Amino acid sequence: MAGEEGKIDPMHQFEIKPIFDGGFEIAGQAINFTNSALWMILTFIALWIFMLGGMKREIIPGRWQVMVESMSNFVTNMLTSNVGEAGRKYVPYVFSLFMFILFANILGMLPIGVLGLKPFTVTSHIAITGILAVLSFSIVLIVGFWKHGLHFFSLFVPHGTPLPMVPFIAVIEFISFMIRPFSLGLRLFVAMTAGHVLLKVLGGFVINSTNAGAGYGALVGIPSFMLMVGISALELLVAVIQAYVFALLTSLYINDAENLH
Amino acid sequence: MDAEAAKLIGAGLAAIGAGMAAIGVGNVFGSFLESALRNPAAADGQQGRLFIGFAAAELLGLLAFVVAMILIFVA
Repeated sequence: MAGEEGKIDPMHQFEIKPIFDGGFEIAGQAINFTNSALWMILTFIALWIFMLGGMKREIIPGRWQVMVESMSNFVTNMLTSNVGEAGRKYVPYVFSLFMFILFANILGMLPIGVLGLKPFTVTSHIAITGILAVLSFSIVLIVGFWKHGLHFFSLFVPHGTPLPMVPFIAVIEFISFMIRPFSLGLRLFVAMTAGHVLLKVLGGFVINSTNAGAGYGALVGIPSFMLMVGISALELLVAVIQAYVFALLTSLYINDAENLH
Repeated sequence: MDAEAAKLIGAGLAAIGAGMAAIGVGNVFGSFLESALRNPAAADGQQGRLFIGFAAAELLGLLAFVVAMILIFVA
């Protein structure tokens, strides 16, 4: 399959490797500064610069400030419309989540391959997205039990359920509740992985068909390349939508914890 | 049948799931547009539900992709 003669390995881009030598070991696990860590730091720096440029608090906001404020207003609106006024205190968490995922997704799409550098999509690993999902899920659990105590379990029995149906509904609701962190993390991870694999496969078409001769290049390579341009635009859309969906679902789950249902 | 061949056939069959998810996502956005054009004033308030439906439909297609990837690279 992967790595055969003349084939482009689409999974190679997701390989995590240390950048510097001289990592250390903890309990048999090598701890290194990897390309994943580097891109997380780059995401963080980009986010920092973006926020710093917009936090001047001018009376008449410039373009940059409008950009930052519309982002934070967007998240605030999402939380107040889904959770209500109680949702305001989660704005910092959901905003950082949304912006981190958005920046990581878009930075992974940067065409810096033409400069010989390798972009790396942080969110294409379930280790990262899973942690983010578990973070959201544990906030739901902590807030739910903190606020409602054991009454939080009434989440599993919706209002007006007929008594004979309660055992079945409770089991189904419990399963759908427990599967949330998996589906939340898996969605982001797979959406990013699938898009990048698709782009690399199409890139492989272009290279291999051009190597096979000018005729094949014109017949296969050029349509593939045009498709790649379109798919790249689609991928930018997906990067934004997935960040939005992650933040939206987090705010819905927080709504369950705040208000039950 | 060779086990390797069976894996590849299974991965190919998983693409049916991706196609089904395409129908699902198209259905979500199509129905939304259809009703949004009937009542444009109410459309903006339903954007959150639109994306919840999109996320649910898309997840199942992505699961099909995961199945294909597991069959090819892991199993």
